Amino acid sequence: MNDADSIVELIPRLRRYARALAGDRGAADDLVQDTLERALSKFHLYRRGTDLRAWLFTVMHNVYVNQLRASRPAATLDDDMPELAQPARETDALVLRDLDAAIRRLPPDQREVLLLVALEEMSYDEAAGTLGIPIGTVMSRLARAREKLRAMLSGLPPGGGKQLKVVK
Amino acid sequence: MDKDNAPQEDAELKALSQALHQLYDPVLEEPVPERLRARLVQPGRWRLAALAAGWIALGLGVGIVAGWQLHGWRAMTQNGPNASSQAEVPGFVKRAAVAHAVYSPEVRHPVEVGADQEEHLVAWLSKRLGSPLRAPKLEDVGYHLVGGRLLPGESGPVAHFMYQSKQGTRITLYVRTYPAGNNETAFRYAAEGNVKVFYWIDRKLGYALSSADVGTDDLLKVANTVYQQLNP
Repeated sequence: MNDADSIVELIPRLRRYARALAGDRGAADDLVQDTLERALSKFHLYRRGTDLRAWLFTVMHNVYVNQLRASRPAATLDDDMPELAQPARETDALVLRDLDAAIRRLPPDQREVLLLVALEEMSYDEAAGTLGIPIGTVMSRLARAREKLRAMLSGLPPGGGKQLKVVK
Repeated sequence: MDKDNAPQEDAELKALSQALHQLYDPVLEEPVPERLRARLVQPGRWRLAALAAGWIALGLGVGIVAGWQLHGWRAMTQNGPNASSQAEVPGFVKRAAVAHAVYSPEVRHPVEVGADQEEHLVAWLSKRLGSPLRAPKLEDVGYHLVGGRLLPGESGPVAHFMYQSKQGTRITLYVRTYPAGNNETAFRYAAEGNVKVFYWIDRKLGYALSSADVGTDDLLKVANTVYQQLNP
């Protein structure tokens, strides 16, 4: 299998991560496209034999951070976050939508760590390597992200959070 | 959190992970949009881009010629394949194919100067190449000018014009100068991977018309139009 095929195989994974990171489909696919463009132009920097997926995620991280720098980030929560009003909900689908919305409100650096560990199932070490940050930073960002998610989702009515033991 | 805890051993995180998978895994099943696959599914083009990227990063032509030879140039005349040997393909034709592979997939920055400033573009490139140039009008064969850019050639500046059809397929015209005025060739054809090139040298100028997306017959039609317009 050549390099192009290997990258093509990973596009669905890149799209999933981008969707979770960037939100709507168009913005997510733009992020994937910019990532692929950059990966192509920087492919000589990829070290053969190392994990191609991790390398592509690093490229995406860099593209994403540059995009955030270029535009003012969407409103995210600082540590003094307001209570999120919780309308009544009936199904797991709605609960999941809440989770999606809650993830969207995390600061980008915490969102990235959370998604790499919980969705991409990277070890702390791999996440640290992908983002180019110390492992301790990975752990503290993850802890803060989980704390915020817990707080944001704690308004769930009993039974509504069946899927989300998470929220306790 | 305990530092020794692997993420997987954390029950709450596991539940969160399951929820995230439920939320985002459907993306894995969606068909991948063509725009994301486009640059990768053509191995020839990919190799070109990778080579060209390395070459540009180095800022030197060293290495790329060897790379090209490995992939094997197929050269032929207008009338039939294999009529001229590899060695006869001039260096500028290879550079033209690389330039096509690098710039034609560009979405945001395909050109330096857009067609809205065509007069300025042509005047600028003419001045830099030291020879009066023209950007041929290709509307009759279905292409409009996107714009152009200045590129480094083997021995000085070269001009690169980009054209696009309504469907978005792109053709680029690469123009270099020659010091002596006695060079002349017939129409010739060369190909590397998906990039097809018709080229000819006419006194002081060498032209290479490249495309990856257009069939050989259609590209030839455009090449004829370009030739007729530049040599009335």
